[in-house]
Amino acid sequence: MATVEMRNVRKVYAGGVEAVRGVSIAIPDGGLCVLVGPSGCGKSTLLRMIAGLESISGGEIAIDGKVVNTLGPVERDIAMVFQNYALYPHMSVYDNMAYGLRNRGTPKDEIDKRVHEAARTLELEALLKRKPRELSGGQRQRVAMGRAIVRNPKVFLFDEPLSNLDAKLRGQMRVEIRKLQRALGVTSVYVTHDQLEAMTLADQLVVMNAGLVEQTGSPLDVYEKPASTFVASFIGAPAMNLLKLGAGGAIGDGSATVAGAPAGAATLGFRPEDVLLGHAEAALRMSATVDAIEPVGAESFVYATAAGSAVVVRVHGRGSLEPGARFELAVDAAKLHFFGQDGRRL
Amino acid sequence: MLGASRTSTFIAHAVLVIGIVIVAFPIYYVFVASTHSLQTILRPPLPLLPGPLFLSNYWEALAGGIGRIGGVDVSTLLFNTTVVALAVAVGKIVISILSAFAIVFFRFPFRMTFFWLIFITLMLPVEVRILPTYKVMVDLGLIDTYTGLTLPLMASATATLLFRQFFLTIPGELVEAARVDGAGPLRFFRDILLPLSRTNIAALFVIMFIYGWTQYLWPLLVTNRNDMNTIVIALRKMVSFADADTQWNLVMVTAVLAILPPVLVVLLMQRWFVKGLVETEK
Repeated sequence: MATVEMRNVRKVYAGGVEAVRGVSIAIPDGGLCVLVGPSGCGKSTLLRMIAGLESISGGEIAIDGKVVNTLGPVERDIAMVFQNYALYPHMSVYDNMAYGLRNRGTPKDEIDKRVHEAARTLELEALLKRKPRELSGGQRQRVAMGRAIVRNPKVFLFDEPLSNLDAKLRGQMRVEIRKLQRALGVTSVYVTHDQLEAMTLADQLVVMNAGLVEQTGSPLDVYEKPASTFVASFIGAPAMNLLKLGAGGAIGDGSATVAGAPAGAATLGFRPEDVLLGHAEAALRMSATVDAIEPVGAESFVYATAAGSAVVVRVHGRGSLEPGARFELAVDAAKLHFFGQDGRRL
Repeated sequence: MLGASRTSTFIAHAVLVIGIVIVAFPIYYVFVASTHSLQTILRPPLPLLPGPLFLSNYWEALAGGIGRIGGVDVSTLLFNTTVVALAVAVGKIVISILSAFAIVFFRFPFRMTFFWLIFITLMLPVEVRILPTYKVMVDLGLIDTYTGLTLPLMASATATLLFRQFFLTIPGELVEAARVDGAGPLRFFRDILLPLSRTNIAALFVIMFIYGWTQYLWPLLVTNRNDMNTIVIALRKMVSFADADTQWNLVMVTAVLAILPPVLVVLLMQRWFVKGLVETEK
């Protein structure tokens, strides 16, 4: 068990592409840090640098207080779960899990004990003699996890481990990973592009964009106080409504205004679920026209146009609106987000 | 066959049978001739059934020493050829798998230059470089040695390329997983690359064994002594221009014995192929 610290870490590839442009993150002992961002934002590169699979162009990475920049993956004492599991196809489940221990010269009976222990935890005991191709996707995923936990490493690294599973299994495995990580208390770094996974798993959520950290914080903090328009639009589904703000609080085409906009505000944001329908006393009041309705069962998403801009409203159940209908929407002052010209939160 | 009528089944089978007969008859006839006396073979009509001399012909060929090829019996020739074929096949596989390993998994200066150098040798047929190679062998005193017979045939651009292509299909994640699992380059090679290459190695072994077994030009040049001949060279030497001087029955015995080992290798390795193909669909 250990802390992981990144100090101004940079990665420049030969050819000058800068994939990671100075990232500093401190992960406490036993914490689960989720790196989330669109593809190409540098999150996987950062993970591979922590693993020692990618060289570090600048800055420092420290595991357990010790700078590991020049160490190989083995000396860093990390275990990694890969996106495509990367199981050795010619080895049985048992051998797949035992291989890392054997290479470290662990005694045979110790290996046996640890593999069986891990197999019990992951409910793989009946499958130990099988080859990876005889397993389902979920089982392969478990074996990949097993390979990581038998080693008892200081840090777990997950590289989009659930992206190859179907939606239902993904949900199950997500819960299991969380439970396992809590139970073992091993510091973990988890990379994903799925914001739902990021929200539900993370102790510490790191939103990355274009090689930089946009925001770090607890998932709810990030959700409730997005630091930039990028975070606001990336975290949450459907995304936060972002409307252009003109001088004097004029919204969109200027047909509505908002009270209490701070100086220099260029974008107004509000979450679809924070919208109140009907006339309410609120900082923001607009009339809107329904374009389309997407019922998803427990709730519906109303796509509408207000002040010449597209907005999404989340309503309970089916709601009473029909396409083409006009309605009044209102948002409380506390639920409004203002962003400056540079996209940062005001 | 689905929905095929009786007639079309019959025709299909007839075509296949005729095909087999056309291919197999000469080989069958070689075997038949190897069991008759020289007189029977030379006097028409040619017999179509095996004769009575199976044991004595084969015994004479294997142990008797045949005048035409300088008192060397076929067992010596078979031994020589086996050594050459095995050495060439194993040597080619070892060298090419190692060079492909280096080219695919390591970053070193002039990596691509080396790759292209290997690749370019594909464009030069053996015949083009045979004189300089022969000169080198003479200077090194390797005429009439197993080293001289096998060494120049060992380097193989084709096999290197085949292994390279196969190695390139191995996912990068697997290599990284091995690194995280603490496997150094040699351990990775032994524990992961070799087992995964089994099918390729088996296929190459068969091809290269037969290649080595049927070599003609190089063994002809590099051997002077009869007891260093391979069976293909000896077979050629046994056939003289006049029919009466050639012991056709023994030539046929030698031909049968020359065919058998490659056939055995193919048959035995075939089971391996199937096993390998069934096992590695991933």
